[in-house]
Amino acid sequence: MSSESLLDWALAWTRPGRLRAKGIIGMNRRNIRYIGRYNDRRLYPLVDDKLQTKLLAERHGITTPALIGTVTTQFGVKRVAELVAGSAGFVIKPAKGSGGKGILVIEGRAGEAYVKPSGALLGREDLERHVSNILSGLYSLGGSPDVAVIEDLIHFEESLTEYTYEGVPDIRVIVFRGYPVMAMMRLSTAASDGKANLHQGAVGVGLDIATGTALRGVQFDRPRASHPDTGHELASLRIPEWDTLLTLAASCYEMTGLGYLGTDMVLDRRHGPMLLELNARPGLAIQMANGEGLRRRLDLIERQPAGASVSERVALARQHFARRSELPEPGAVPA
Amino acid sequence: MSRLPFYLLVSLLMLAGIGLSLHRHLQFDVPWFPGEQRQVWEIEAQINLTARGEPVIVDMALPDHQQGYRLLTEHTASSGYGLAFREEQGGRRAQWTIREANGPQQLYYTVQMLTAPDARGPVQVPPALPRQILWERPFDTAARQVIDRAWARSASPHTFARELIRDMSGERQGENARLLLTQFERAPLLVRLLNEAGIAAREVSGLHLEDGRRRQSLSSWIQVFDGDQWAIFHPETGEQGRPDDLLLWETAGQAVLEVQGGSNSRVSFSMLTHNQPAASAVRNQLADDTLLNFSIHSLPLEEQALFQTILLIPIGALVVVFLRILVGIKTSGTFMPVLIALAFIQTSLLTGLIGFLLVVAVGLVIRSYLSHLNLLLVARVSAVIITVIAIISIFSVLSYRFGLNAGLTITFFPMIILSWTIERMSILWEEEGPKEVLIQGGGSLLTAVLAYLAMNNPWIRHITFNFLGLQLVMMSLILLAGNYTGYRLLELRRFKPAAED
Repeated sequence: MSSESLLDWALAWTRPGRLRAKGIIGMNRRNIRYIGRYNDRRLYPLVDDKLQTKLLAERHGITTPALIGTVTTQFGVKRVAELVAGSAGFVIKPAKGSGGKGILVIEGRAGEAYVKPSGALLGREDLERHVSNILSGLYSLGGSPDVAVIEDLIHFEESLTEYTYEGVPDIRVIVFRGYPVMAMMRLSTAASDGKANLHQGAVGVGLDIATGTALRGVQFDRPRASHPDTGHELASLRIPEWDTLLTLAASCYEMTGLGYLGTDMVLDRRHGPMLLELNARPGLAIQMANGEGLRRRLDLIERQPAGASVSERVALARQHFARRSELPEPGAVPA
Repeated sequence: MSRLPFYLLVSLLMLAGIGLSLHRHLQFDVPWFPGEQRQVWEIEAQINLTARGEPVIVDMALPDHQQGYRLLTEHTASSGYGLAFREEQGGRRAQWTIREANGPQQLYYTVQMLTAPDARGPVQVPPALPRQILWERPFDTAARQVIDRAWARSASPHTFARELIRDMSGERQGENARLLLTQFERAPLLVRLLNEAGIAAREVSGLHLEDGRRRQSLSSWIQVFDGDQWAIFHPETGEQGRPDDLLLWETAGQAVLEVQGGSNSRVSFSMLTHNQPAASAVRNQLADDTLLNFSIHSLPLEEQALFQTILLIPIGALVVVFLRILVGIKTSGTFMPVLIALAFIQTSLLTGLIGFLLVVAVGLVIRSYLSHLNLLLVARVSAVIITVIAIISIFSVLSYRFGLNAGLTITFFPMIILSWTIERMSILWEEEGPKEVLIQGGGSLLTAVLAYLAMNNPWIRHITFNFLGLQLVMMSLILLAGNYTGYRLLELRRFKPAAED
């Protein structure tokens, strides 16, 4: 190790006091103070099973991608082609999958064949094999038998396509006791291989709760002002129908009863904001994307009395959590 | 929500733990440190016999605490034999039994004796004198004359014994003595003569301790009583007193080895000496504890040895808790590193590390092939378990062929745990890439090595085994750590970019 990299390594640490001053919360605090205290274990199955989440959301009037059908038995695998006959584009996913495993996206048809976003063609047997693998638990946690969920393809909002490279960018909103406290958009990159995981190289863009505009971008923990692949600046990013999106996210609290919740939303061209999935143990990377700790916002929400309506909660969050963008004006971006 | 009950519980556990430990230190003089080294003799008795295909009973005398030596631990190895330890008038014996055995048999008994200058043996009761001793002609006259001669020149039982032995050997060996020795063995004859003269005596067997000796046999000594006092005499020279290096093996005046159902039986001894902390002596002293002094030391030796390991597991757990909650190291499987560390204790660190890396690396290669087969989880992990067993067997055989005996200890690895480790690493490799495998694998190994260093530390081994109260202290520390909401050490690095601008 050269002396320079040794110095880098030594300087890559900060003091606990600085993190505390910024209000950053660590894993221990998240686990004990928030997840342990506000999330009842018995409610976890509601969010760990995507089919349950979806049915629950439909009952509560929360928009999700339309359900085309489910396959629950190996016997039913042969019916897959029938089920999807009416849809041009669709997605097949395991109900209990994690980390995006086992999700098959079909964008359209080419005669008898199904077309993947990459352009690869799949036959009917390929589809059936994939569903069969899902049922046998290949993608689920612990290998337990699973259910295949087939839903409509999301037609991503066109105004946002230039901010992303492959993949569908999603918006993560942390909802605490029903208040949307912090939000970020995850843009997949070539480095992240189309996945929206920050530690795999996706760009995280902190979003202003008040307006839905970009605050700050990070990739691999370094600030970024533009998308690494498309080169498009991030400052002009503004999420359309922001109020609807926050309202949807906030109402997931009534829907699940979970006090500390990560909601993953997408924007559909025709249906507007939609709930994609929920997470009862949302990660802490959102603090990096926002350049701000969650602590002060969570403390403020903990002081609020219970029983506020969804619109009151969204209004309070938009009023208190407004921030100014740290990104340079679009014109000022160096070429 | 008040945390008061929690802190009360933690302080109660902590105080109780410290209190118990202090009590043990002050009341029973258990040292805080393993302390000075003492010499320990490891003696192995090997019994050989030829069985005749019928029930076999092997009965052997065992050594006990005695002046200068304290018994620490004992083990036996005798496949297929039933085993019982018995206390018989003044002597301990082991009895091996088997319903049917054929051909050459080997039984092993190993004992550790601590050299302890201030050790005392149990009080010896003088053996009863035989009511009548019969001598045939002409031995009665010879015996009478030998006794009279020695009696005249002595003043007490011990001096009589000395004179008697001198008359029986060397230059002073007279005609009478030579006559008697044609009919009797020397040692039994001496006992007979002493008894004839009204002196309690018996033949005992002792072992000369000499480092690294093999195929030794016991020598006979004469124990002569004078009221409650007794002394040991060499049957050839008549020298009084026990040499320091003599370990008395059999002191009840009975046969050392009795075999039924076998022939050509013999017992031979080999021995080694090494130095061991004095704390072992304390351990033994506490063996007589009553119910009042609740202690592991009141258990049989074998269970004690087991507990010595069990009581170390909380130390490993404490290391894991510390590294995960306070440092933030990622491991594959929460307590897998503790089990690996336990295996390292058996194998030694370097052999263990090499063995672990070899097994996991080869396992990952084979597992990557299995993942092409698209199997269900339970079947896949079971296949990995068999693979791990195969790898371990192959490495054991190979290392043995190449003369690397250290390689044989690879069998101490917990195979099921290794299989799950391979399974988890393999999934991690597919989902997150080799970098994450290195991070988690490295984290697990680092945790295992630190846990090993903690668990193998002589001082920690000493205090965890001797102070049960420490378990309560560790419990309270772990509870406290479970309540820690501060930053992990590695988070100071992770969140630095967010904190700096």
